[in-house]
Amino acid sequence: MSAANPQPLIEVEHLTMRFGGLVAVDDVSFRAGPRAITAIIGPNGAGKTTVFNCITGFYKPTVGRLTLRGDREYLLERMLGHEVGQKARVARTFQNIRLFPGMTVLENLLVAQHNKLMRASGMSIFGLLGLQRYRTAEAAAIDKARSWLERIQLLADADRPAGELPYGAQRRLEIARAMCSDPQLLCLDEPAAGLNPRESAELNDLLVSIRDVDGIGVLLIEHDMTVVMRISNHIVVLDYGRKIAEGAPDEVRNDPAVIRAYLGTAEDGPDA
Amino acid sequence: MVGRLPALLKDSALTALVAGALGLFIVGFRTTDLGKGLFFDYQFVDLGIAVVTIFFGRLGLHLASMGLKWPAFALGTALGAVGASPLRLPSTFLHWFVVIAGVLIILRTIWPWANAALATARHSQRGKAFGQRGAKWFGAILLIAAVLLPFSPFSNQKNMDLAVLILTYVMLGWGLNIVVGLAGLLDLGYVAFYAVGAYSYALLSTQYGLSFWTVLPLAGMFAATFGLLLGFPVLRLRGDYLAIVTMGFGEIIRLVLLNWVDLSNGPAGIGGIPGPTFFGAVFAETAPAGKQTFAQMMNIPFSSNQRLIYLYYIILLLALVTNFFTQRIRRLPVGRAWEALREDETACKALGINPTNTKLTAFAVGAMFAGFAGSFFAAKQRFISPESFTFIESAIILSIVVLGGMGSQIGVVLAAVLLIGLPEWFRDLGAYRMIVFGLAMVLIMVFRPRGLIAHREPSVRLHPVRAGP
Repeated sequence: MSAANPQPLIEVEHLTMRFGGLVAVDDVSFRAGPRAITAIIGPNGAGKTTVFNCITGFYKPTVGRLTLRGDREYLLERMLGHEVGQKARVARTFQNIRLFPGMTVLENLLVAQHNKLMRASGMSIFGLLGLQRYRTAEAAAIDKARSWLERIQLLADADRPAGELPYGAQRRLEIARAMCSDPQLLCLDEPAAGLNPRESAELNDLLVSIRDVDGIGVLLIEHDMTVVMRISNHIVVLDYGRKIAEGAPDEVRNDPAVIRAYLGTAEDGPDA
Repeated sequence: MVGRLPALLKDSALTALVAGALGLFIVGFRTTDLGKGLFFDYQFVDLGIAVVTIFFGRLGLHLASMGLKWPAFALGTALGAVGASPLRLPSTFLHWFVVIAGVLIILRTIWPWANAALATARHSQRGKAFGQRGAKWFGAILLIAAVLLPFSPFSNQKNMDLAVLILTYVMLGWGLNIVVGLAGLLDLGYVAFYAVGAYSYALLSTQYGLSFWTVLPLAGMFAATFGLLLGFPVLRLRGDYLAIVTMGFGEIIRLVLLNWVDLSNGPAGIGGIPGPTFFGAVFAETAPAGKQTFAQMMNIPFSSNQRLIYLYYIILLLALVTNFFTQRIRRLPVGRAWEALREDETACKALGINPTNTKLTAFAVGAMFAGFAGSFFAAKQRFISPESFTFIESAIILSIVVLGGMGSQIGVVLAAVLLIGLPEWFRDLGAYRMIVFGLAMVLIMVFRPRGLIAHREPSVRLHPVRAGP
C-alpha cells in the first residue's frame, strides 16, 4: 500500500545498526504512509525495538537514512536524541511503561506539551510574571489534556499520581501522553503487552481513531496478532535483523518466509 | 503474656549486663590528675544508674512491642518522672539519659496506634482536604510569627542571632530543594555557590566599595555562572556519580579560595566587610564621613539590636523570595520538566524535552539562590574565610532538604529549625548536643523515611479537592 504511495510519512533506507560485532538490524528498508498504521512484527530479538530506537533518536544508526516527511523534510539520523521529539515531532511509548509515576496523570500530559508551553512562557519569564499570554496557553494545554483523558476514560483519575493507576490505564495514559506532544508520527512499542482481551479491543479502537480521526501515522511493534491483523494497513516482518516480508496483512499471513520464521520448518529441528 | 515475663526479664538483664561490661571501663573509671600523678576516680554510681535505666528501658520496649500498652506506658512515665524529678542524680547527663529512655518507651508505645490513626485520616477525603488547608494555615501562621518575631518578648540578641542563622539555612535549603528535591540531582557541593556569593560581596565591597544591594544581584549571577560551569561536565552523570563530582567541585572551590592568596587572602580570610545599608544609612553608633546612621535617619536612639533586626528582615525577605520563586516555577513548564526529569529522563527525551538545558537551568537557579545567601552571610559576619565553606555545610544543607522531605517547602523550615535550632538551644549540653543532633536525624529517618513532610502537592489540579460530605 504505502509502497504505492508517492509521499510516505517516513522512509527507512538501508538501516543497519551494529553493536560491536553484533548486527542487530541489517539493511532494512521500508516506508510507512501517513494516516496509516504500519506494524513491525517478528520473533523476539528480531531487531524491532532497535529500529524504533533508531527512528526515535535513541540510537544513531551505523548506516542508513531515515527521512520523515511531515510539515517539512527531516533527516532523523542526523538529529540529537531529544530533537527527534522536539523538532520532527516523532513521539513514542516504551515496551516497559515509562510514565512519570510520582506526578499526577494531568501533569504527565502537561509535561508532554513542554515545548509549546515553554515558548508561550517566554523561557519562563512571562510565566513567572504571570502574563496573560502564558495563562491562555496553559489553559489550552489543560483543555487538550482533558479531552485526551476523556478519550482514554481517565478523567476521574486526573489528579492521582500516575504510578497508582492499574496497568492497563498506564498503557493508555502513555499513548495519550505521546499524543499530547502533538506528533507527526507515533511509535508504539508493544502497546498491547499485558492487556486482557477487552482492554486489547479498546486499544484497537483507540489506535484506529488516532489514525482516522487525528490523522496521525502510527508505527507499531506488536506481538498480539489479533491487534496487528485487525488494524494494520501494512506489515513489515523482521527476523534476525533482516526484513523477510512486507505487505498487507493477508499477504503477510500467508507468506512462506513469515510462517517459517514464526513456526520453524522441519529441517530446523524440534528446538526451533 | 505472663508466661513470657521470665524470658523478657532475662533478656533485659542480659542487655543491662552487656551495657555494664562495656561501660565499666568507659564510664566506671576515670583518670584524674591530682598533681602527684594520675589516679583513678570511680564512678560506679553513674554506671549503676545507667545500667538500671537500660534494664528498664529494654523491658519497656519489649512490653511496648508486645502490645502491652499500659504497663509500657507506666514504665515510660515512671522513667521520665525519675529523670525529670529534683532527685539528685550524679550528673545532668544522667537526668537526660533517663528522661530520653522514658520518652522513647512512650513513643514506641503510642507509635503503632498513632500511625494507624494518621493513616486512616490521611486517606479519607476530609483528611486530605484538611491536610491541604492545614498546610496553608500552618505556613501562614509561621509567616506571621516570623514577621512579628523582632517585636515579640523573645527578641533578645541570642534568639535573633539564632533566627537569622536558621533563616539562612532555610533559604539555602529552599535553594537546594530546587536542585535535589525538584530536579532530583544529588548535589553535595552546594556550599561552593554559597562561597562564590560570599566572596563576590566580600571582594566587590572591600576592593571597589560597592554596596550590598548592588552586589546582591551580581553575586547571584556569578553563582549561577558557576552553577552552569559545574553543570556542563556532570550532565551525563546520575545518582552517586553526580554526588561524587559535585562534592569534588565544592572542595575545589574551597581549596582555590584557600590557596589563591592574591585573590582571596587565603586562610586569613577577608575582614572589614561592610554591613548592608538602609537607603544609604549605616547601622553603627557613629557614621563614617558623608553618611548617616540609621538611628539619625529615623531620629531614634541608637541600639545595637537595630542592625540585627535589619539583617533578620533582609534574610526573611530573601528566603521568602526564594520560596515564592520556587512555588511559582514549579507550576511552569520548566518546573514540571525538572520533576519529570527526576522521575524518568528517558521518557523526557522521548517527549522532546532537552535534558541538557533543563538540568543546567536547575543547577543555575539553585546556585543563584546560594549566591544570594552567601553574600548575605558575608554582610552579616563581616569576616569570611574558607573555613566557613567546608563539606560539612553542604552535608547539613542536604540533610535539611532530605529530612524535611524532598520537594517540601514547609518540611525544609521544620528541618532547619530542628537541625540548626536544636544544637544551638542545647548548647548547654556541651558535647552531648551532637548526640542529640544525631539522634534526631536517626529518629526522623526511622519514623519518617521519606522526610518530615512527604506529601507532594500536584502543581495543577483538574478537580479541586472538596471537604468530605
